[in-house]
Parts: sequence; structure tokens; C-alpha cells
Amino acid sequence: MNARFEPDNGRRRDRLLLIGFAVAVLAMPLWMRPFGAAYPDLLQRFAIFGIFAMGFNILFGLTGYLSFGHAAFLGVGSYTAVWAFKLLTVNVLPAIAFAMLVSGAFALAIGYVSLRRSGIYFSILTLAFAQMCYNLAYSVLTPVTNGETGLQITRTDPRLIDTWISGASNLIPATNLFGLEMKGYAGFYFCAVVLIAAFYVAMRISRSPFGTMLRAIKSNQNRLNYTGVHSRPYALAAFVISGVYAGLAGALLACTDPLAGAERMQWTASGEVVLMTILGGVGTLLGPVLGAVIIKYLENIFSAFNEQTLHGVFGFLPDGLENGVVTVAGLFVGEGWHLTLGALFMVLVIFLPGGVMEGARRVGGRIRRWRAAPRAGVRRLAPADSGATPGD
Amino acid sequence: MDAVVLQLLNGLDKGGAYALIALGLTLIFGTLGVVNFAHGALFMIGGFCAVTMQKLLTLSKKVKDESVTFFDSYTEVPYLRLWLGDAGERIIDYAVPLSILLAIPVMLLLGVAIERGLIRHFYRRPHADQILVTFGLAIVLQEIVKASFGANPIPTPAPAIVAGSAAVGSWIGLSDVVSYPWWRLVYFLFSLAVIGAVFAFLRFTTFGMVVRAGMRDRETVGLFGIDIERRFTIVFGIAVVVAGLAGAMYTPILSPDYHMGMEFLVLSFVVVVVGGMGSLEGAVAAGFLLGILQSFASMNEVKSLIPGIDQIIIYMVAVAILLVRPRGLMGRTGVMET
Repeated sequence: MNARFEPDNGRRRDRLLLIGFAVAVLAMPLWMRPFGAAYPDLLQRFAIFGIFAMGFNILFGLTGYLSFGHAAFLGVGSYTAVWAFKLLTVNVLPAIAFAMLVSGAFALAIGYVSLRRSGIYFSILTLAFAQMCYNLAYSVLTPVTNGETGLQITRTDPRLIDTWISGASNLIPATNLFGLEMKGYAGFYFCAVVLIAAFYVAMRISRSPFGTMLRAIKSNQNRLNYTGVHSRPYALAAFVISGVYAGLAGALLACTDPLAGAERMQWTASGEVVLMTILGGVGTLLGPVLGAVIIKYLENIFSAFNEQTLHGVFGFLPDGLENGVVTVAGLFVGEGWHLTLGALFMVLVIFLPGGVMEGARRVGGRIRRWRAAPRAGVRRLAPADSGATPGD
Repeated sequence: MDAVVLQLLNGLDKGGAYALIALGLTLIFGTLGVVNFAHGALFMIGGFCAVTMQKLLTLSKKVKDESVTFFDSYTEVPYLRLWLGDAGERIIDYAVPLSILLAIPVMLLLGVAIERGLIRHFYRRPHADQILVTFGLAIVLQEIVKASFGANPIPTPAPAIVAGSAAVGSWIGLSDVVSYPWWRLVYFLFSLAVIGAVFAFLRFTTFGMVVRAGMRDRETVGLFGIDIERRFTIVFGIAVVVAGLAGAMYTPILSPDYHMGMEFLVLSFVVVVVGGMGSLEGAVAAGFLLGILQSFASMNEVKSLIPGIDQIIIYMVAVAILLVRPRGLMGRTGVMET
């Protein structure tokens, strides 16, 4: 293949990837049906956490900085969005814009401090900041966050713009996009469109010289510094971008269900997004979205299980064995879903650090080699053009 | 003056807990080079050793109550009381201190199992992987405890003999207002004893010398022909036991529940960062320092000045330290970067 055409070829492949992604996302209500996941509530959670994980990947996947406090930005985004609903209008666009702005500002402040250190120190610092936000949201900031009850839209909110346009109303309005209520499939398709846009932006970032710089930070920051590049602004930019993604996800959560609570900022939520990213594949474009879908799907399935359904599933076993199996499996489902999450986390890090994308690549490589093998046997002297190179 | 002394005292027991957890953390950092995100969960498991001990001692038998004659009435009487009478009752009273006897073997076994089964395979993996796998382990441990003990805090009282408060104020010539719960005093002294034991072990034994040398320069120790990795198992075990003891003895102060570990973990990380990664003295000093600072910040006078300061003071100190003196109070430069 001629080297001159490669960039063009890459661009075409990206366009195909984007179109394929968009079609797959928009058609989710169709192809998720066999899995029993085709209802808008779950689908929009797929899309929202896909955005969250994708943003996290811009930081962790590209620069290698492992943040343990990203849920804080999600929480900040949610709170800002609900405040925008309360004060200005229940139209979702201003809420999203404000949420992205505010969480970006938070990310700038936290990132500026945290990025002075790298490695473990960075992880600890971000974790500490997230815990700080969480503690504050529950204690001093209750006037802003409404503490344990959670922040929500009430009858008496000013909603300045809405009142100005259509006069005062005494009802609790639904969040909408110029009249289109964010309920059911409308909510899902809105999230899906935002997800596709976010995917496009992430793709452009990853392919840009800026993205290359971020990858350089991951592979060898010292070397980058020695060559005279001041790498910290790049890392900070990545941190802010991923914070904005998290804020966007938080705002979408608030758009589809206008209730913001501090539990969204807890460290388990931060851990979950890390898990989504590594489950899908760190540093890949599709991986984090895939990971988010898998985690949220499993969460949905596993937490719905109970003793009874388990007896149904394992009913084919002999009675004594069945009871034993159900007792053990019962630990992992329903309330115990987090145990599954933790175990999955460990198994994944131990055996498949590259995630699903890497697993797929390995399987793909093996299949290609297996199919190429007989041909290679026939044309033993021909140059290897099977495409099964080790680095593939 | 009274209030200052009171807050100083209040900080000591919490500081002791921070110091003990941070000591184990930094010991693991320094020797194994691994960040143990499961250390808070191990502290929590220590707490549940005390709960288990209490449950074991109060294993009860249903006894027919003879004083009720109209119908059959049963009361639960612990076996220990049936067998030993009042002495048994006294043993039950001492459940928390006795749980040390349970905590040491349990935590040691757990520590060895974790190091042999899991951490060992992560020495050559990137730090991010180590963090992630121990984080997963923390969740698993937490959820197992939640599944077996329930989600609610379980009260575990201290022995009756130390139930009240000590009039510390009158000892040192201040007013009687300054009083301090006996158990907290016990905990403070206990933490000092454990810290002393760990330091003595590292200072005065050959094993400790090798470990200290390994903390300085692992490669050189290896070049001397010492198989440092074999010692890691024991170092990890010791760190886990220290965390477990800290948790077991802390239960009368804070009733253990399954997620108490994470709060302590985050704070202990901050303690380690402030004290300096890999510095044992730093961890202990910073532990007490931050414990006392936190208790000063929760004084009403301070809180009315800066609302919410008690929630965030520790993190603010950490931020300040990292900006001004990144290697911490007593740390060496360049430890555990990248």
C-alpha cells in the first residue's frame, strides 16, 4: 500500500467507524431487544455512562493518569444542571451548557493541584478531592445540595426564563428540549445523539497532534520533558476535557431524571467508571462505551435476581446441590451486586488488563492465523501477506 | 486552656488509628513497592474480628426460665455463664481486648494469603494495575463482610471497668472539666505500644535490618544474595496485623460497619502523603498530627469561623504539603513517582 494514501485511508476508516457507531447506537432499541434491555430507561443509562467512561478514557487511556475522583465531576454536573432547571428554565440545553462549564472549572482547579504529582500521588490526590466534595455535599453545602434528600425541582422555583416567556406556572414542569419532554424514547434518543457527538469529539482528539502528545505523556513523560516539552498543560487539558465529559454525563442524568444526590460522588462511583474503562479496553475509542454498556447491563440483570429466580435457573440440579449453588450464587446477585463488581474487577485486572477490545483482538488474531495457516502451507515460499503480524 | 487540652486529647485516639493504618501502608509501600488500596478494608476486618469474638463468647443456649410457671418461657444464656458462672460473665465483658487473640492469627493468615495469592503477581506490573486489583479486593472484602454481618453498625462495648471517663484534667492541675473516656486513653496507649513493637522489631532484629535495608535500596540487598521477596510475605503480614489490631481495638469508639474502612483508607493515604512515602516515622508523626488537627477543626469556635472546616481540614493540609513540600514531612525525594 502506498504510504501517501495512508492518512486519507485512516480518515475513511474513522468515518466508517463513526457511521457504524452511530447506527449501532441509534438502533439499540432494536438489537437490544433479544437481550431484554430494550427499554429507554436502561438504554439512556448506557449512553450516559458511555459518555462518562469515554471522557475518563481521554485522561486515563491517553495520558495514563489514573484518577480516582471522577465521580465528583459527575456529581457537580448533576447539581449544576438541577440548579439551572430551578433558576432559569427547564429546557435542557442551558442546563447542559452550565454543567459542562462548572464541572470544567472544578476540573481545572482540582487538576491544577493534582497534576503537580504523578503516579500514585495523583490517584490519592484525586481520591482525596472527591471525598472532600462528597463530605462537603453532605455537610456544609446542604443549602446548595439539599443533603441526603437530594436536589430536585419544586413548585416554588423561580425559573426566571420560563416565567418570562410563558408566565408563572404552579406546576412542576418536566425537563424538555424546546417542548420535547425528556421522557421515554425521546430522552434516550437525545442522550444517544449527545453520545455520538461526544464520540466524534473523542475520536478527533485521539487522532489529533494533541492526542499524540497525550500518548507521549503515557509512554514516557520524562523523555518528553527532556526534549523540552512542557507536558503538564497537555495533561491538564486532558484532565479538564475528561472532567467536562463527566459533567456532561451528570447533566444528562439530571435531564432524564431531575434529581441530584451526593451518592453519585462516592468513591464507588469513581471506581465504577475505572472498571468500565478497563473492562472495555483502556486507550481504545469503542472500549469504554462497550464497558459501560456491559457493566450497566449486568448491574440491571444481577440486581434484579433474587432467591426465587435463582431457584428457577438452577432448578435442573439435584435438590441438595441446588440449595448449595443458590446460596453461593445468592451472594453475588441482588444486594450483593457489588461483590460481583469487585470480583469482576480483580479477575479482569489479573487476566485481561486490555479489556474486551484486547480479548476480541486476540481472538480475531487467532482466527486469522488459523485461516491463514493452510494457505501458508501451500505457498510456503511466498512472502507472508496473511496479515497476522504479531503487532496487529 | 481547658478546651485546648481537651481537643488535644480527643485527637490522640483518632490519630493513633491513622498512625497505625498509615504505618502498615507505608511499610508496604516502602518494601514491596505496592499501593495497597485494600488496607482500609483490612482495618475494617480487624473490627469485625472483635464482633466475631463477641459473638463467639456469647454463644447462647436456650434455658427454660423456671420463675415463670404459667407457660413455658425460655431465655438465652451464654454457655460461658453456664460453665463458669461469674468468671464467664467477666470474660464476655472483655470481648474486645480478647479479640486481639483472634485478630492476630486471622489477620496474619489473611495477609499471607493475599500476598502469596495476589500481590506477588503484581510486583512487576504497572502501579495502576496494583491500585486497581487491590481496589477490587477491597470491594470484595467489604461485600463479603456485608453479606455475613449485615449492613448496620454493630455495637461492641468496651469492658465495664473502663466504661467511664478519666479525670485527666485534675491529674495535670487543670479543672475537672477536662475528662477523657478511659477506653480512648487505652486505645492511645495501645497504639503507642503497637507502634513501639513494630519499630523495635525493625530496629533490633536481623530480619528487621534486612527489611530496612530493602526499604532503602532493594536492588543492593538483592545483590548481597538476600532473597528479599521471601521476606515480603512476612512484612505484608505484619502490616495487615497492625491494621487489624487497630480496627479491633477501635470498635468501642466507633461501631464497625462494612464501609468504615474506606474513610479511614483515604485519610490514611493523606497521612502517608503528608508524612512522606516510605517513611515510617513520618507516617506516625503525621498520623497523630492530623488526628489532633482534625479534632481542633471540629471545635465550635473554629467551625463558626470557617464552616465545614472539620470535614476538609485534612485534605487541605495534604494539598498544602504537596504544593510546598512534595516529598512530605520526612520523605525522600522521588519515592514512588510515575
